[in-house]
Amino acid sequence: MNSHTIETAGNKGEKDRSDCFVSLELTSSGGRIIEITSKVGALYGDAILELAKDILSHFGIEHAHLIIEDKGALPFVMAARIEAAIHQLLDTSKEYLPEMLPENLYATARDQHRISRLYLPGNTPGLMINAGLHAPHAIILDLEDAVAVHKKAEARYLVRNALRHLDFKGVERMVRINQIPAGLDDLDYIIPHNVNVVVIPKCENAEQIHAVNSRISSLQHSHNLERKIWLLPIIESASGIIRCFEIALAADNVIALAIGLEDYTADIGVQRTNEGTESLFARCQLINACKAAGIQALDSVFSDVGDLDALRTYVMQSKSIGFDGIGCIHPRQLKTIHRYFAPDDTEIEKAKRIAIAFTRATEQGLGVVSLGTKMIDAPIVKRAQRTIDLAISLGLLQHDWKSTDQMKTSES
Amino acid sequence: MRKHLITVINAAGRAVPLEVNGQPVVPYKGVGKHRPEGNKYGPPIATCIDFPDNGNKSVETLKQALIQAGLKDGMTISTHHHFRNGDLIANQIFDIAAELGIKDLVWFPSASFDCHTPLIKYLSDGTIHHIEGSMNGALGHFASEGKMKGVGVLRSHGGRYQAMQDGEVKIDIAVIAAPAADTFGNANGLDGPAACGLLGFALADAQYASKVIVVTDHVVPFPCWPWQIQGNYVDYVVKVDKVGIPEKIVSGTTEITKSPDRLLLAELTARFCEEAGIIRDGFSFQAGAGGTALSIGIYFADLLRAKGIKSRFARGGSNKYLVEMLEEGLVDFILDGQTFDLEGVRSMRENHGHVDTSPFTSYNYHSKGNFAQLVDVVILGATEVDIQFNANVVTHSDGALLHGIGGWQNCLFAKCTILPVPLFRDRIPVIRDHVTTLCGPGELIDVIVTERGIAINPLRHDLLDSLKDSSLPIRTIQELKDEAEKICGVPAAAKFDDEIIAVIKWVDGTVIDSVRRLSVT
Repeated sequence: MNSHTIETAGNKGEKDRSDCFVSLELTSSGGRIIEITSKVGALYGDAILELAKDILSHFGIEHAHLIIEDKGALPFVMAARIEAAIHQLLDTSKEYLPEMLPENLYATARDQHRISRLYLPGNTPGLMINAGLHAPHAIILDLEDAVAVHKKAEARYLVRNALRHLDFKGVERMVRINQIPAGLDDLDYIIPHNVNVVVIPKCENAEQIHAVNSRISSLQHSHNLERKIWLLPIIESASGIIRCFEIALAADNVIALAIGLEDYTADIGVQRTNEGTESLFARCQLINACKAAGIQALDSVFSDVGDLDALRTYVMQSKSIGFDGIGCIHPRQLKTIHRYFAPDDTEIEKAKRIAIAFTRATEQGLGVVSLGTKMIDAPIVKRAQRTIDLAISLGLLQHDWKSTDQMKTSES
Repeated sequence: MRKHLITVINAAGRAVPLEVNGQPVVPYKGVGKHRPEGNKYGPPIATCIDFPDNGNKSVETLKQALIQAGLKDGMTISTHHHFRNGDLIANQIFDIAAELGIKDLVWFPSASFDCHTPLIKYLSDGTIHHIEGSMNGALGHFASEGKMKGVGVLRSHGGRYQAMQDGEVKIDIAVIAAPAADTFGNANGLDGPAACGLLGFALADAQYASKVIVVTDHVVPFPCWPWQIQGNYVDYVVKVDKVGIPEKIVSGTTEITKSPDRLLLAELTARFCEEAGIIRDGFSFQAGAGGTALSIGIYFADLLRAKGIKSRFARGGSNKYLVEMLEEGLVDFILDGQTFDLEGVRSMRENHGHVDTSPFTSYNYHSKGNFAQLVDVVILGATEVDIQFNANVVTHSDGALLHGIGGWQNCLFAKCTILPVPLFRDRIPVIRDHVTTLCGPGELIDVIVTERGIAINPLRHDLLDSLKDSSLPIRTIQELKDEAEKICGVPAAAKFDDEIIAVIKWVDGTVIDSVRRLSVT
């Protein structure tokens, strides 16, 4: 039992929406007193009371004073807040889990596109709710830098509940845990709830990857889970950059490395600039390590949300030196990222010609594929197919491009 | 007098009273079913020989003008809302009335704003009996709690004109705050420190009120041209130091939204219009003043540019974005009902294609044809929609009166009416089994666009056909409602008293719904 008798969780700032603030006192007599003030009280006052009672009963709490100040929190958010307050006062391994939505049980592929990954602060429900609708390639529920130190514990319940009960519309679900070793405990709250990718910040060596994997396998073992969980280490220091290749090869579930330039530039003692000359070595080193290891290389976030022109330049540079995607911190950045990371017309045309040549060669039973005088080998075909898939997924090419394309050819 | 109104069920299935504030009213009969006969109401005959030979109708103070106009108990006083939240005159009228000990006035504004919150004290002390017009914010709460002496009457901009023509509302004194005027009473909204563009909402007041007072802080020598309000209707002209607060007249509500969720709604709406074949050469559109609606205009402009075509006219609320489209040649005309920013005011002064309109031109039920029906697509907001596509704009789901109708009801007659709304606000689902208050019948509402799917009214076979192979997320309204409830939970019904605190008029003057007092329990 904690020495405090009253604990709180949640947010009630002027700008906090879709959230609530709860204050819980465990008492020794008097039953359960629940006070609710809610902006949705007329429609959901009774439902809120029922939920609160159910959670208290679940933890066997008979006497308590619970105050809920609600600003339109969805049930999974409110449950996370109440549970977070309870766990500060009660030493229990019990959990109050919202339903796991069947539509959240999807897996993601090792080499799927990760052009954009949208960071969502792990303790801010209002920003999570529609995140999937903006169609980033991945979302990152962030337990690390985006959460204040004294809010880290409660954010775990919110992120856990979001993984179970918030529909991210098929977008790859990543969680950024805290720096190892502290971050290992975060895994308990995400691994059993179908996280697709664990993002490991400030990664410096292969041991950290092994530590994460070891915790993951013991959690999977105790929960009878087998699904592959991918790892995305972020390299944010000079020494991490030196060990990129070692980290990339540390385990077969490392699917990409990302670079974190705010911390990296601080580590080498320079200012981060939009041009990025100061980090060119680090970025090239990371890209080269990733390509040698056969995994994706992902660029850092671009933090000036208001400057979409500078973002465009950043994206184009990023793509030109070999990155496969970049991070973003606001949905407003997604269009620019997708547009300028997308293959351009020339790339698409080339990919189409390769794909058609390959299909024809296969149909004709030819062992060797060539385009003009140039031989085409399997990796080139594969890359062309990825370009085509990406163009289709970004709406730059029709699904049935082959039939329309061939029609055009026969007409001409 | 409000307590025990006898109600009947109208054609929309809503219980409405047969009498409001002692006057008989007609229950809603259905769209296009009500046809009053006889002649329009007319104000008393005025004769020019009763007015100064030199044309100077100046009176020292507003108080003096109100006294000369015969201000007395029970009168109906009208104001317009072109100054929006920067209006300084309406409150002064009732300060004066209270000082003179006048009681039971009816305030008949074309809309009310937060700046009118001080009038609550006059609603409480009996100076004002009730409001016939929008009741927003604090005024809405005051009325919803059953504290107003009489029953509020909410009308559309077009319905306000109709109410005067039918003699349903007889304005005793119209006070028209004007950015510029001459001493004959000619007035406009184009010049002076409080320039607001136009004065169309005050046109009917000038034509139908018994007495008309023009109040201005910018007197120009005769003639004040253009005379958006003709001095021939005006009894008195009052010069004051300040008629309005300019920065609140052209308010900040007219910036394009930066909210990614709203931009998504705007983009889906624009894509819908594109795929439905609405965006073609010569098409016309109207979008409201909200951030989402403005963004839709930007998407339209992009589409027009990309296709190398142009729109024939846009109905305003004008703003800088619409003005840019006009000046870039993407649209031939702005038919403007109210100007939202200084660029709109400038454009109205300078551009031939920027036309000053009134509710008579745009929305009038008793005019010989209806402009609103000529618009290809109109994009409006709503607080709630139900599975019959009925919509609410005046109350929130908890039943509190919070918004006016504006031109919303009138616009529903466009060829395609689209309501982009979030599926839920915080936790409150926007799509319900039944709207809390019915403002617009579902048969006039064609498309609901939400961030989680687009529902087309089943009556619109043509739209369903054009969109059947669309990549847009087309769903049924029931599916959308189910999804909202899956996320938010099934809402309990809001609790109301029986007591009717306001009625909602349909565009033809019939009563489409009642608003009841919020239950105190």
